[in-house]
Amino acid sequence: MHEVVGTTPEGDFIINVGPQHPATHGVLHLVITLEGETIKNIEPHLGYIHRSIEKMCESLTYRQFIYVTSRMDYLSAHINNHACALCVEKGLQVEVPLRAQYIRVIMDELTRIASHELWWGAMAMDVGAFTPFFYAFRERETINEIMEETCGARLTMNYMVPGGVMADLHPQFQQKVKNFIALYKKKIDEYNELVTGNIIFQNRMKGVGYLSAEDAISYGCSGPVARASSVACDVRKRYPYDVYGLVQFEEVLETGGDAFARYWVRIQEMQQSVRIIEQLIDNIPEGEFQAKTKAVLKLPKGEFYQRVETARGELGVYIVSEGGTTPYRIKFRSPGFSNLSALNQMAKGGKIGDLVATMGTLDLVIPDIDR
Amino acid sequence: MSIKQYIQDVFNAIKSLLKGMRVTGYYFFHPKEIITEQYPDNKATLKLADRFKGEVVMLHDENNEHACTGCTACELACPNGTIKIITQFDITPGGKKKKALNTFVYHLELCTMCNLCVEACPTGAIVMAQNFEHSVYDRKQLTKTLNKPGSKLRAGIE
Repeated sequence: MHEVVGTTPEGDFIINVGPQHPATHGVLHLVITLEGETIKNIEPHLGYIHRSIEKMCESLTYRQFIYVTSRMDYLSAHINNHACALCVEKGLQVEVPLRAQYIRVIMDELTRIASHELWWGAMAMDVGAFTPFFYAFRERETINEIMEETCGARLTMNYMVPGGVMADLHPQFQQKVKNFIALYKKKIDEYNELVTGNIIFQNRMKGVGYLSAEDAISYGCSGPVARASSVACDVRKRYPYDVYGLVQFEEVLETGGDAFARYWVRIQEMQQSVRIIEQLIDNIPEGEFQAKTKAVLKLPKGEFYQRVETARGELGVYIVSEGGTTPYRIKFRSPGFSNLSALNQMAKGGKIGDLVATMGTLDLVIPDIDR
Repeated sequence: MSIKQYIQDVFNAIKSLLKGMRVTGYYFFHPKEIITEQYPDNKATLKLADRFKGEVVMLHDENNEHACTGCTACELACPNGTIKIITQFDITPGGKKKKALNTFVYHLELCTMCNLCVEACPTGAIVMAQNFEHSVYDRKQLTKTLNKPGSKLRAGIE
């Protein structure tokens, strides 16, 4: 590890980006070794927002620990909860009603759109465009309102419970989602017109932060970061959970491997999410929204693992149970951590000005990395 | 790069910029599509969703009666130790001892509005209210007693 200030013996500068820096989107601390303006090495320092969520979960029951995971990747809080609920259901061997599965998947995709929206706005702001941020938040607000109506909260919903969802859909839910989808399809074209087609933006993004497919695999990247390097790793497609096996959608793959490819994968993913919601929203079956479970949940002795695709990549939940009401050990495999580890590979040899563009396309959520 | 290519690039750049300006210009001349809400000026018209989780409250009817039996299901369901139920023993007309609610202490400062207590309640005594303006000057004010003074258990609820 280098010293955090001064110069290296070779005469290279060491500068610190963060922990309080607007471009790091949270309390991430990067120690960068610079030769002139060229990056020689990047060392991320973590731990500024470590809350020991894994340890906390060990003292909470299987119903209680789900809400804590909303605080990991808060932008896809719903998908985190989904992963935990699925893992507990795997242990309990509960059959989730079809209606609950439909609701869960629709909510997941809405969350994914909301998350990518925020990323799009923040990413454009990172590279110097201010207006897209407001446009992104305008559409995100519509999703938040839909969430608020059905789940009762805007960001940390805690809508998933083992065996289904906490409450039935709001009567207006289907109509509101349909209205949103109809409006939103036009908005994506607007985004492309405003930002994607912009020549300044393209020059800023193309050829920056290249990650080869081999590196993406060896660093354990997942989600849009890996798919932009043409690694097919969509958990929804490879290991379908709930009703993802029933819907038609494309796994978005790009071969560029640069910042623009990662950007373009996410934009296309928003369109695919719209496609998934369109297929499901009219066909939500009638029935129970929650399976009957015991008041006190006890998982049998053993180990349980479940992976889902969050907006950032593959989230794994690993529960070791000793047969009691609380887990013996919980481990979360968070997508952000692995994606961040590839940052050095991406930014090395590039200019420091391009670092912000590279980091923006990684879509980092620091509480997800630190947990 | 040839001169022709250079001029073409400049032309394309201006074209793409104008395209983007068309989008922003549209919203400049259509202010009705802006959805900003002027909180707190819109307090009179502000309507939150029915299910919005603002804080836990206990329902009381017109006779100042609630439905809480003091079973502590909510206390056990809470992940943060937000709820503390103090019970007492009432003497029923039959001369038997019966557990009853004395004080329902609710620590708003610890609450994450996860709704698990409301889910756990067997009698539907507590619900989530829509009030979200919780800031106070003293931390002590956030510790609330949910059962109103003098209130008692509604007849017929076990």
